[in-house]
Amino acid sequence: MEAAAPARTAIRPTRLRPGMLLAGLGALAGAVALGVLIGPVGLSPAAVLRELADRLPVLDVTSGLSEQQQAILWQIRVPRVVLGGLVGGALAMAGAAYQGVFRNPLADPYLLGAAAGAGLGATLVLAYVPGVDGWPIDPLPAAAFLGALAGVAAAYTLGRSAARSRTTTTLILAGVAIASFLTSIQGFIQQRESDTLRQVYNWILGTLGTVGWREVALILPYVAVSSLVLVLHRRLLDVLALGDEEAESLGVRAARVRLVVVVAASLATAAAVAVSGLIGFVGIIVPHAVRLLYGGSYRRVLPLSIVFGAAFLVLADLAARTVLAPTEIPIGVVTAFFGAPFFLLVLRRTRRVA
Amino acid sequence: MIELRNVSAAYNGRPVLHDLALRVEMGSWVGLIGPNGAGKTTLLRAVAGLLPHAGEILLSDRPLPSLSRRSVARLVAYVPQRPLIPEAMTVTDYVLAGRTPYISYLGAEGREDLRVVGEVLERLDLTDLAERPLGSLSGGELQRAVLGRALAQRAPVLLLDEPTSALDVGHQQQALELVDALRREGALTVLSATHDLTLAGLFADRLVLLDGGRAAAEGTASAVLTEQAIARHYGASVRVLEEDGRILVVPTRTAVKGTRR
Repeated sequence: MEAAAPARTAIRPTRLRPGMLLAGLGALAGAVALGVLIGPVGLSPAAVLRELADRLPVLDVTSGLSEQQQAILWQIRVPRVVLGGLVGGALAMAGAAYQGVFRNPLADPYLLGAAAGAGLGATLVLAYVPGVDGWPIDPLPAAAFLGALAGVAAAYTLGRSAARSRTTTTLILAGVAIASFLTSIQGFIQQRESDTLRQVYNWILGTLGTVGWREVALILPYVAVSSLVLVLHRRLLDVLALGDEEAESLGVRAARVRLVVVVAASLATAAAVAVSGLIGFVGIIVPHAVRLLYGGSYRRVLPLSIVFGAAFLVLADLAARTVLAPTEIPIGVVTAFFGAPFFLLVLRRTRRVA
Repeated sequence: MIELRNVSAAYNGRPVLHDLALRVEMGSWVGLIGPNGAGKTTLLRAVAGLLPHAGEILLSDRPLPSLSRRSVARLVAYVPQRPLIPEAMTVTDYVLAGRTPYISYLGAEGREDLRVVGEVLERLDLTDLAERPLGSLSGGELQRAVLGRALAQRAPVLLLDEPTSALDVGHQQQALELVDALRREGALTVLSATHDLTLAGLFADRLVLLDGGRAAAEGTASAVLTEQAIARHYGASVRVLEEDGRILVVPTRTAVKGTRR
């Protein structure tokens, strides 16, 4: 076999091609531009562009924006767009990662109980931890992180112990059960501590309305680290797609890879949820749209989900704050409105394949 | 090449193998036969390092537990009975997954890996299907892709669990002939488990009949495949015919009088 003739046709493994990444970055740039230019306070697009150009190191342009208008741009719009991008990228990436390690195309941070766990954690902090300001570490993302991890761990353990064969259905049902259970505890706490009700309710519906650079700084490290970890594991996610036993026989410790990926994805989910509340369906819509466009290899799905997820949520937030302006629609409402029909479509496709 | 000494192993907490001894010489093909639950799959999984075992399993004279998972993957390629097939994955990507033991944990494949994948695709006549998703392949093509994944591991030992159970008789023969040709070309050592006794006898140099986790008989096809042994261990009624030195196992029916189902 060693003397075989060289292969005539080039071997083309599925890889992320530059053009795909450029398309994603282009979509993100477009979404960011719209998000920065459009808002309830009419700032002239030309002036905004001049103001942005002014911040570039070499250029020195006068934008003509008043000090107040500059504050609106830099303290409200830009951080909101940046945060929308981070949250969208994190949720889409986490969804793709969960789908990969659980070999379940319908897995998403919601379905596996991560978001409900994070929600319970956040509610506990909002209800029982007074005066968060003086703390060296903000307990809210910490509690959301631990809650998310506990939620996934519980759903996964339950799903595996409930049935010997790891079917898609058992896993989803386990996730639904865990999510309902955690949400019920959360509801109980909300009723007992009814003065926090409004705060918790606002938080749950999901909004990017009250954020600034502080929140960006808060979640950036979490999102950056987990993105790095997950993108580095993209090829191993393809190996895991062959099954745990196959992966083991190829020299990969499947359980260890799964643990690392789940921890990283939960970290990203928890960070996103902690600053933006529960925004559903991003984790399913975006990875599946990427799969339909570019195929199922995680070498493509994972990195592209990050950029397209960021673009999607920036646009969803734009819709959330402009459709009924000056009233804001919770962003979770917007993503679910587009996400639910898409989810049904994916469900039909998966059932046909399986 | 492969040596088992007093090997016992359990599956799901149930002891399946008991004090088993087995030796597979380099370049030979040993066929494991035996009724359902005899321990064929458990034995293969233990040799692949996927199950804990008591006793000694030696791969190239080195004890299995002393080898890292990655080193085992470079020595032993395992084709399970029902591999999970990611339907959207291309044939190239699937075969390339066989190079995993040579690619660093978080790294990407190199030129050598692609060269091996190209050779394997060509050898298995998969070049024209290279870009096709696995879900679009026929049963025979899929079996070749699965074999390709194992061959890309460039491991000297190939473990096959019921490699042909999903194939029709023509594709069964093709697949086994292919394995045999590869064995002769590359000094591959093959340990296979199979239910088809005739095919097992045709292709393996030596058969090991497992029953209740113990080796009940061992030797050439004509020594192992006897009507009495098959009746005792399978509870089956067969006739064993010999033709040109080859053993044919033909199922028969014990006298059925009057009642026909």
